[in-house]
Amino acid sequence: MAEQNKRIIKDRAIIADDWLLLRPNVSALVSPSVGALPSEVSIPTGKVIVPLAVWLAQKEALSARADIGVWLASDERPEALKDDLARLPLIAVDFPKFSDGRGYSIAFLLRERLGYAGELRAIGDVLRDQLFYLARVGFNAFDVRADRSLEDALAGLTDFSVRYQTSSDEKEPLFRRVHRPGEVP
Amino acid sequence: MYRYDHYDQTIVDERVAQFRDQVRRRLADELTEEEFRPLRLQNGLYHQRHAYMLRIAIPYGLLSARQLRTLAQIAREHDRGYGHFTTRQNIQFNWVKLEQTPDILERLAGVQMHAIQTSGNCIRNITSDQYAGIAADEIVDPRPYAEILRQWSTLHPEFAFLPRKFKFAINGAQEDRAVTAAHDIGLTVIKNEAGEVGFRVMVGGGLGRTPIIGSVIREFLPWPHMMTYLEAIIRVYNQYGRRDNMYKARIKILLKAIGSEEFAQEVEQEWQHLKDGPGTLTLEELQRVAAHFTAPAYEVLPASDAAIAQLRQENKAFANWLARNVKPHRIPGYRAVVLSLKKPGVPPGDISAEQMETVANLAERYSLGELRVTHEQNLVLADVRERDLFELWQQAKNAGLATPNIGLLTDIVCCPGGDYCALANAKSIPIALAITERFDNLDYLHDIGELELNISGCINACAHHHVGNIGVLGVDKDGSEWYQVSLGGSQGNETTIGKIIGPAFSAEQMPDVIERLIEVYLRERTDEEKFIDTVRRLGIEPFKAQVYGTPIEPKATKAGEQARG
Repeated sequence: MAEQNKRIIKDRAIIADDWLLLRPNVSALVSPSVGALPSEVSIPTGKVIVPLAVWLAQKEALSARADIGVWLASDERPEALKDDLARLPLIAVDFPKFSDGRGYSIAFLLRERLGYAGELRAIGDVLRDQLFYLARVGFNAFDVRADRSLEDALAGLTDFSVRYQTSSDEKEPLFRRVHRPGEVP
Repeated sequence: MYRYDHYDQTIVDERVAQFRDQVRRRLADELTEEEFRPLRLQNGLYHQRHAYMLRIAIPYGLLSARQLRTLAQIAREHDRGYGHFTTRQNIQFNWVKLEQTPDILERLAGVQMHAIQTSGNCIRNITSDQYAGIAADEIVDPRPYAEILRQWSTLHPEFAFLPRKFKFAINGAQEDRAVTAAHDIGLTVIKNEAGEVGFRVMVGGGLGRTPIIGSVIREFLPWPHMMTYLEAIIRVYNQYGRRDNMYKARIKILLKAIGSEEFAQEVEQEWQHLKDGPGTLTLEELQRVAAHFTAPAYEVLPASDAAIAQLRQENKAFANWLARNVKPHRIPGYRAVVLSLKKPGVPPGDISAEQMETVANLAERYSLGELRVTHEQNLVLADVRERDLFELWQQAKNAGLATPNIGLLTDIVCCPGGDYCALANAKSIPIALAITERFDNLDYLHDIGELELNISGCINACAHHHVGNIGVLGVDKDGSEWYQVSLGGSQGNETTIGKIIGPAFSAEQMPDVIERLIEVYLRERTDEEKFIDTVRRLGIEPFKAQVYGTPIEPKATKAGEQARG
């Protein structure tokens, strides 16, 4: 069951969220008997985001469901999902600390290298001041840390109106996108 | 120099607004200090021993007179009337108040300056050769590439939270004047046999706890591929660099762990996806940026000025200054002048607000309104007519900026150390001051000749002590401050890491230690040998024997007293 009244930011708006994020500690609650072997974790009904290890162990059974998403830890590789992208409506990337920047490259690779087009959600220590960067590398959904205001976080998406570099959101760098005549004296 | 267009200005303005709000939220306790810390660091704001320190970016060391005047105002109104130039060509203010930093940044934005990414685990300010554009040995002017990289690295969304800080240096001359081998990425702009411009790419250099000379992972990277290739390097690092231990998180440790060849292959693989893609630099953009760095309209002047030659004969002090502080220029009749920020009694790299204004005036009067900051913590007026040198010298001298010691023992490179820095294990400035005082005999100093002395207050090596001919490192032993001495380090084309000579010394012993090292050199040198050459020829043993041979008692005489008598 998803948390009651849970809200996230998705596609630049605040929306209700009905996905259950299955963290290792959550799985213990759901099925206390499980010694956490990924193949043995029981997956509740409804929309569930499972850890990569669980997905890989139970792929055959879970593939039949359309309401399964997968989350990657910051030290896991996006290529592990490369054959599954078409059937995953949601991939989440965990930020154990907001200063752990691996998730940015994971997102970029999922979008740009592997062509993932579904919901890409930042989870974990997700805070307002990183949202601009997160959105640029391809995240379109943000499960902002529970003790923070979503309304406030939303403002973080529009901190900057100019982007020099190419990334997932801009297919070309600024110098190809616009004509910069320069102001040479 | 580069001037912002509407896009550059917008980013800097929006950054100020963003930081103003972050400071507001911090003061309102909406952000914890732990959350605020990386945000303020990426705007150059450190919390130091006594106050906040603000580090302002001076991209590749280039400043206009107008910008320097703004820095002088900031020094007066927000600091205690001075600033400190760093070994990464930036300036630091040591006494700022958190609440005032947004206003300071706004003021900086007004003169096209910022403090973006001068700290934090991101791509830092890019450093370069202080003689770029004017050096006779230049292959290609590195400044347009440095500016393009500045823009590319500014708020790069994927690389704002790297495992550790990331430093670039770029050099475009025969002689490496940017310590490229000691940077996470060191680029050398070169030409291949066909005359095409590209880069030699060195990765994984760095000083600090584990000093390592960078490895060349690509001998020639054609210029259009600059950003895509760097993106590949940093993406590999971002994913595989260690994050479990901050002392092992620099890219040099990754290279060491997997080997530079394996690393180069990883980069190559990643690059294949990006090569020739939209991130490829265009000729139009290169030309747009390069147009800001075209040579000024130099006057046609005689290669040497008779009046100056005459004054050199007559005035020994002027002659000393010409010999040490005036550097060649590729255009006849022009010279580059180094204004020394290494005056006895003043911490190396420190400059007062009044001096900043004087330098701004001198730059406007004699050097086309621009100046450069060197990584040795001095200032350069790069386009001075030879015939103006005497006038300029007199004015610089009056402002305390003409100590004729560039490249000499007292041109000490020194970090702020324990007097300011929260990371320091020991004070560095008092050591520099004591050594400068000991070696205040100019004739003796000039006789010793070229020698690089670098003093860091901790293992982070901000003063690059590993590559000093004499390196001094402050260490903490049982709560007291000691100084470890290394010998034989050097920067430039033969960058080498110095060797530690033995047990550490007390602060009081340090001037004697330096003097004893110099004694060995003066005794053993051949006619043309610089200090570093003698060290290289003899090794550290004779120096060690002299320094540790007899106990070092405090003494009151000045170095070179006997030589004088």
